[in-house]
Amino acid sequence: MPHDHDHTHDHPHPHVDTAGVLPREPGRALRIGIGGPVGSGKTALVAALCRSLGTEVNLAVVTNDIYTTEDADFLLRNGVLPNERVRAVETGACPHTAIRDDISANLEALEDLEESIPGVELLLVESGGDNLTATFSRGLVHKQIYVVDVAGGDKVPRKGGPGVTRADLLVINKTDLADRVNADLSVMDRDSRAQRGDLPTVFLSLTEDPTAAPVAAWVRGCLAEGTAEPSGVASGNAATG
Amino acid sequence: MTGETTAALLLLADGRLPAGGHAHSGGLEPSVAADRVRDVASLETFLRGRAVTSGLLAAAFAASACAAVLAGDNGRLGVLEEELDARQPSPVLRQTSRKLGRQLVRAMRVIRPHDCWAGLGRSPHHPIVLGAAAAVSGLRPYAAALAAVHDAVAGPATAAVRLLGLDPFATHAALARLGPLLDAIAADAERYADADPAHLPAGSAPLLDLAAEHHATWEVRLFAS
Ligand SMILES: Nc1nc2c(ncn2[C@@H]2O[C@H](COP(=O)(O)OP(=O)(O)O)[C@@H](O)[C@H]2O)c(=O)[nH]1
Ligand SMILES: [Mg+2]
Repeated sequence: MPHDHDHTHDHPHPHVDTAGVLPREPGRALRIGIGGPVGSGKTALVAALCRSLGTEVNLAVVTNDIYTTEDADFLLRNGVLPNERVRAVETGACPHTAIRDDISANLEALEDLEESIPGVELLLVESGGDNLTATFSRGLVHKQIYVVDVAGGDKVPRKGGPGVTRADLLVINKTDLADRVNADLSVMDRDSRAQRGDLPTVFLSLTEDPTAAPVAAWVRGCLAEGTAEPSGVASGNAATG
Repeated sequence: MTGETTAALLLLADGRLPAGGHAHSGGLEPSVAADRVRDVASLETFLRGRAVTSGLLAAAFAASACAAVLAGDNGRLGVLEEELDARQPSPVLRQTSRKLGRQLVRAMRVIRPHDCWAGLGRSPHHPIVLGAAAAVSGLRPYAAALAAVHDAVAGPATAAVRLLGLDPFATHAALARLGPLLDAIAADAERYADADPAHLPAGSAPLLDLAAEHHATWEVRLFAS
């Protein structure tokens, strides 16, 4: 465990950073945002990560469903996480606002989890499904994963948008459906390389791999990075694509 | 208000202030569900009612908190907390007010660093934080009251555009018509800036209290309150 030390929370954590980028602090949890369009498999991915990392990493989840607590309920119902490790944030019909323009409610949920779960190492924030322009504020998370699915059409990577071009990891999910929807995975691969430069992309089928092995491995890598390196994507990468 | 502080007031009252307000409808969502608000005319009536009840309450407490911080009288902020609790019978609305207050403190700590933020406690009431924010921004109690009563109507108006798909121009026209009322409420609230906190107004809207309690039990809702 990379952050194994005593950590008390009787002092406030205002997260003041002049660059507007959340610093990684020793002993504090890594925050990963999971965004992407409705139905692409964000909740399924969160559930998979909880299953594959839950025994080795002290983790908790914040959901931002458009309609109240549907996603949180899914995680609880399926026994993926106990009640005290899941928080649902209501977003006032504007899921992208809550993860980007006004992150107050999400910050509060994360702070509450950090206070109530001593030693928590990983906090996953699932955004409410939104359009391709919705990405996480760098004041809210350290890293972000963007999930699209092949059923949304093989043109999605080429259409770009900040989620596709700048997310720290792009997940192209539901590869099991590619044949049925006539999606060409090689086209998606080529276009995402063109859009993303050196940033990683993984193909996934959560029905075939319920552990989300390649994503879990990427998350382990982020945890191991610790506080050595500042957060990956700053505004400089915006030019990609 | 001098020219200098007017800009500070605009910053504080701007709906884009990142302090969590966008997720709250100020009782509009349950009122729409109950068909009490269905068009611009009924929205305007709703907003008028809200302004003269919870709007005035928030404005008076914001003015008083602003005066307290300007006078360096932090003890009075604690008394205001208790007085405001006593004026909000709905536990859900008390909790919402404290949640929004906590979120505003978090934002203001960065927007305008000041000693008073550390002394406000974990979850102070929103109007009290707003009053303190006004003081820290170089504003007077009248401006604090104006920001509070503006907030009381602008949030639900935006929520109406999202929930009912109302014409945004017509909705803003309703807000414009409310302008003189909001000015008058702020002027009224300013009179309490230096009053004994026990003497602050206690207007309430029972239907909003009931609606908030009901709304909190819904299984599916778009807004947090
Ligand atoms: N065929 C297939 N279905 C999937 C896969 N991943 C998720 N789903 C299904 O897609 C639907 C939407 O998934 P969900 O995780 O709720 O999407 P979210 O809206 O992004 O959170 C659910 O019915 C999932 O079971 C996949 O890899 N293959
Ligand atoms: Mg979901």
